[in-house]
Amino acid sequence: MQESKSVGVVTPQYVQIDKPLQLKSGLSLESYHLVYETYGQLNAARSNAILICHALSGNHHVAGVYAGNEKSAGWWDNMVGPGKPIDTNRFFVIGVNNLGGCHGSTGPASIDPRTGKQYGASFPVVTVEDWVEAQAQLAEHLGIEQFAAIIGGSLGGMQAMQWTLDYPERVRHALVIAAAPKLTAQNIAFNDVARQAIMTDQEFYGGNFYAYDTLPRRGLRLARMLGHITYLSDDSMAAKFGRSLRKDELSFGFDVEFEIESYLRYQGDKFADLFDANSYLLMTKALDYFDPAAAYGGDLSAAFRAAKANFLVVSFTSDWRFSPQRSQEIVKALLDNELNVSYAEISSSHGHDSFLMEPSCYHQLVRAYMDNISI
Amino acid sequence: MTDTPAPSTLALRPDFAAIAEWIKPGAKILDLGCGDGSLLRYLRDTRNVFGYGVEIDEANLLKCFRNGINVIQNDLEAGLSSFASDSFDYVILSQTLQAMRHTEGIIQEMLRVGKEGIVSFPNFGNWKNRMQVISGRMPVSETLPYRWYNTPNIHLCTLGDFEELCQQCNASILERKVMSNHYRPVNFLPNLRGMLAFYRFERRT
Repeated sequence: MQESKSVGVVTPQYVQIDKPLQLKSGLSLESYHLVYETYGQLNAARSNAILICHALSGNHHVAGVYAGNEKSAGWWDNMVGPGKPIDTNRFFVIGVNNLGGCHGSTGPASIDPRTGKQYGASFPVVTVEDWVEAQAQLAEHLGIEQFAAIIGGSLGGMQAMQWTLDYPERVRHALVIAAAPKLTAQNIAFNDVARQAIMTDQEFYGGNFYAYDTLPRRGLRLARMLGHITYLSDDSMAAKFGRSLRKDELSFGFDVEFEIESYLRYQGDKFADLFDANSYLLMTKALDYFDPAAAYGGDLSAAFRAAKANFLVVSFTSDWRFSPQRSQEIVKALLDNELNVSYAEISSSHGHDSFLMEPSCYHQLVRAYMDNISI
Repeated sequence: MTDTPAPSTLALRPDFAAIAEWIKPGAKILDLGCGDGSLLRYLRDTRNVFGYGVEIDEANLLKCFRNGINVIQNDLEAGLSSFASDSFDYVILSQTLQAMRHTEGIIQEMLRVGKEGIVSFPNFGNWKNRMQVISGRMPVSETLPYRWYNTPNIHLCTLGDFEELCQQCNASILERKVMSNHYRPVNFLPNLRGMLAFYRFERRT
């Protein structure tokens, strides 16, 4: 087997798009910019392009490292690279930060050209459909008429699906990993608790905290702690932390005692310093709103009638936030439309986060699927 | 990693042709317990079929991917709820029936999902098996290569047994083929001389 390695040092690129973007909400963005990265070479036929769509807290930095920072590996560096399952020796891979994000694309912390001030609370609510539209503009900019594959996990998988509905001619394969055709009430409930944590933080200032030179750090921290719990499984938390204490004995107080508390607080703190609270609100809302079947009276099979792509749908046994049952609903809709689809339910104890890890034969399956994509 | 088919798979290869003869070109196929996907691939290559395999085992799933066929990872014992009624021309259950717990259930699901069902299985009524039982041992043969303690085959049957089950499940048998251990057609005393049995059936109306 060919040796796999990192794509090496990468540099983000920017594209300014001046074609107004009509949003699903009815509002529009007159102009915006997107930050993206590419790995590998676009072939002469322009037939080997792959778009990677990111999840809630992801971004355009999918693979490789930034110069001078060895620890800056992209969020899917184990999946994308030379000789890796998504092989950059063969494919031209694009990672893009979605609109409303906080890693370089136009978002709430960007300057609103109409006011000269940061958007803050006035940044429009964006949807998965809006993201696909913006990504299509990037594809046009890069001269890509059709993607060999569009790939995403979780919220990223929703974008991959949306592409096959909105631009059936422009995507040959969709890899929909740990996703769902829509969120359940329980899932929306988790998102709303996260949003409430942020919005009730006194430092939030109705979303205009930039003007006060502060951050709703406590709210964002709580939101992340809650989210993080739902991305893991009971078993993986038990295996990793159990009831381990930081000290040898109970302290009968409310400071950090259990290792799990320490871990969650650390994760929350780290996230609160890196992520924009308004972006978090937007991303969770995009998740809540995604429901392609809604326009077809709840009939997902009818929604997929437009799709032409070949699909790989993957779920993970211990993922209770985006459970295998949700993926099976997608598979059923694809089967009803006689589309090419394969479905794998990977044994994993890592919960929703499994899609970023390498449980069981997950990477081998993705590799085998990718190898069969003709370019 | 080794991609050599398991001995049991090699033994099955001659029966692919027997199944393929029944398949109309361009048909839509569901292959239950599709293993490494080689039957579906064979039917795609020789009969230009469109279809899906269903398989539970991860190692087999990977082989299906490498064979380039559509495969859905699913437990047949849980039924075929992902598949709409009357949505396939043929639903195939090749050499899998004898390893299933819910034998009646899967026959009924095949009748629901497919216009026709095709089942193949090793004939327990073959004289070699009978001889071994008479001599006081559980049979081990080309089509039943396992020992009693490690066999996945929990519901072995004879031609007569299967035909009775079809009767009970409201399946009417359209065609039957019986093969010897050398994969030659057996017409005389099939339940005694046949090693492998193939049935094509449909819902009784």
